[in-house]
Amino acid sequence: MAEILVHNLCKEFGDFVAVQSSSFKVEDGEFFMILGPSGCGKTTTLRMIAGLELPTSGEIYIDGDEVGQMPASRRDIAFVFQLYALYPHMNVRRNISYPLLSQGMRRAQVQEKVAEVARILGIQDILESPVSALSGGDRQRVALGRAIVRNPKCFLMDEPLGALDAEFRAHMSEELRALHNRMGATTVYVTHDQLEAMQMGDKIVVMNHGIIEQFGVPQDIYDKPASMFVADFIGSPPMNFLRFRANVEVGATAVPYRQHRLGMPALHEPLEGDVVYGVRPEHISLSDSAGYRGEIIASEYLGTTQIITLNTENGEVKARISSSQPARVGETVGLEFNGATVTLFDNQSGRALRSELNEGVLSSG
Amino acid sequence: MVDVVLRNVTKSFGSTVAVDGMTMTVENGAFVVLLGPSGAGKTTTLCLISGLAHPDSGDILFDGRSVVESSPAQRNVAMVFQSYSLYPHMNVRDNLAFPLRSPILKTPEDEITRKVHEVAEILQITHKLDSKATALSGGEMQRVSIGRALVRDPSIHLMDEPLSSLDAKLRAELRVELKRIQAGLGATLLYVTHDQIEAMTMATDVGVLDNGRLVQFGSPREIYVNPVSLHVARRLGLPRINVLPADLFAGAPSGASTIGLRPEHIQHGEGKPATVVRIEHLGDETRLHLTLDGHSIITLTDVHTELTPGDTVSIRPRNALYFDATGNRIA
Repeated sequence: MAEILVHNLCKEFGDFVAVQSSSFKVEDGEFFMILGPSGCGKTTTLRMIAGLELPTSGEIYIDGDEVGQMPASRRDIAFVFQLYALYPHMNVRRNISYPLLSQGMRRAQVQEKVAEVARILGIQDILESPVSALSGGDRQRVALGRAIVRNPKCFLMDEPLGALDAEFRAHMSEELRALHNRMGATTVYVTHDQLEAMQMGDKIVVMNHGIIEQFGVPQDIYDKPASMFVADFIGSPPMNFLRFRANVEVGATAVPYRQHRLGMPALHEPLEGDVVYGVRPEHISLSDSAGYRGEIIASEYLGTTQIITLNTENGEVKARISSSQPARVGETVGLEFNGATVTLFDNQSGRALRSELNEGVLSSG
Repeated sequence: MVDVVLRNVTKSFGSTVAVDGMTMTVENGAFVVLLGPSGAGKTTTLCLISGLAHPDSGDILFDGRSVVESSPAQRNVAMVFQSYSLYPHMNVRDNLAFPLRSPILKTPEDEITRKVHEVAEILQITHKLDSKATALSGGEMQRVSIGRALVRDPSIHLMDEPLSSLDAKLRAELRVELKRIQAGLGATLLYVTHDQIEAMTMATDVGVLDNGRLVQFGSPREIYVNPVSLHVARRLGLPRINVLPADLFAGAPSGASTIGLRPEHIQHGEGKPATVVRIEHLGDETRLHLTLDGHSIITLTDVHTELTPGDTVSIRPRNALYFDATGNRIA
């Protein structure tokens, strides 16, 4: 299996910079997510690792060997695309056998390999079916089977679940992750779906406009976003941003705003100017005594919890509270922010200010 | 807007019963969401109400008057589909005005202008009125197609998964927006979807469909807290309800065949020992995958839990749901 190191990787298409000086490391056996909106350079990055695209500059190491300029065929990786790309005129068994037969493997050994893969994926009973008769999920399983059967150094997947409907997608992502846990193969997976990235990834790299915004384990990225882009892109509903002017010093544990003092983790760098007070919906609670007020304009019941939208002097704010707590549209209530979880951003650069909360994460990333 | 009543309505296509003896009331001003997987009869129900399909038996009443023999035009319903279907050669203004320019309606031009502006204001697309429909983003197009329904004064709005082709973020925004618009206008809306989040967050009443039958009708909270059957309990809640043999834990009522456990029904720290298989960090919540006597259980735990795979957690049910062998709720 494989460790992948990407160092200062760049890709330009004419004047357009698709990927700008990216560096990250995928450890052996990791399920690694590249997350970002469309056009952020995530697929280009993956295609460069695969060898389908050559980097303009920078290096890619697979197990210590520099492969950046090497053709795809010599990298020993398997690529799974969003569209299944199966041979429509062949049955499932022949689709899975094909990569092995074309390598010249003996029939008996191929049979053995296919049987093993079919068992792993739970598709033994459809091996003789034509692929045209399969459901979306089964097609995706066959596409995976064709990748797995070659026993490659690593798997590269480009939104393999993108074409499936929501419910089935959740099911397949569970299955894919369980499969990874059984096989332990290094996997690099591209997606625009933040929930999928959080759910499946051991690590996530978040990209935007060809730049890596943050790199780390999912919970750290969620709790300690390095930029407003990350804070907004990850989480549903996303982090709330309260914007105002303030002057904050090193060591401050609250930021003054009008008559309020909004709590936050002790700051490690100062800022004077437009600040953004970032707080996740689940870290806001409703309290009659709180001085910061808002009018409830919508409530969304979700079973265990509910999402409340409030109109405040800083615009709309969303809070996630227990569904057993009463919240009526039209009511004006106090909002309490859990200061220990807050991230303060510089509105100009969109960058998170270093604090007691995020220091460890931001300085290493 | 009108009260719409379905009375024992049945519709079959060949040997398939698409809608099976459905009785339901959509009250004037209500936001009713029909929830079910594909093939449950959601779209057929809309077609029956709009007059695009004719029931085999049963009656459909608008404000107490049977409309079964009325044409779609006479019923005057507004429909919004999943695909936007705007007129690509027209700008947003003309797309919105189109239904009002219908020769039957004879709406005066100044009235059209007023209506279009009012709706554009509500949907926050005033600045796009002169843009070509094709120059809009997906979310804007869907807002225009919803707007095209709103400019009219129909008996009822029928919506067939209008948000399902949009991305997650936009869907979340439009959910809140649609609910706000509906409440603001006092419009009557019947909305079908397979997305439980849409049903829970927008509906005043949810109707759960199973194979053409309406199996439960009530407020989202009622249906979540008090499902009548296992089928209904499985349709709502994330993570999904855990369904286990009733005798796995002591204290099951007699006749119980299965126990349904949502995360809030699982008490940690006492009861039977379960093994942690996986910890799933979703950011705002952390899911705990457990195995207990060979059964897998998914529940929630503290977001920053110290638990790791292989650890043991004791769990026991608390105010759980019990179902008999046929899936009916018994406690």
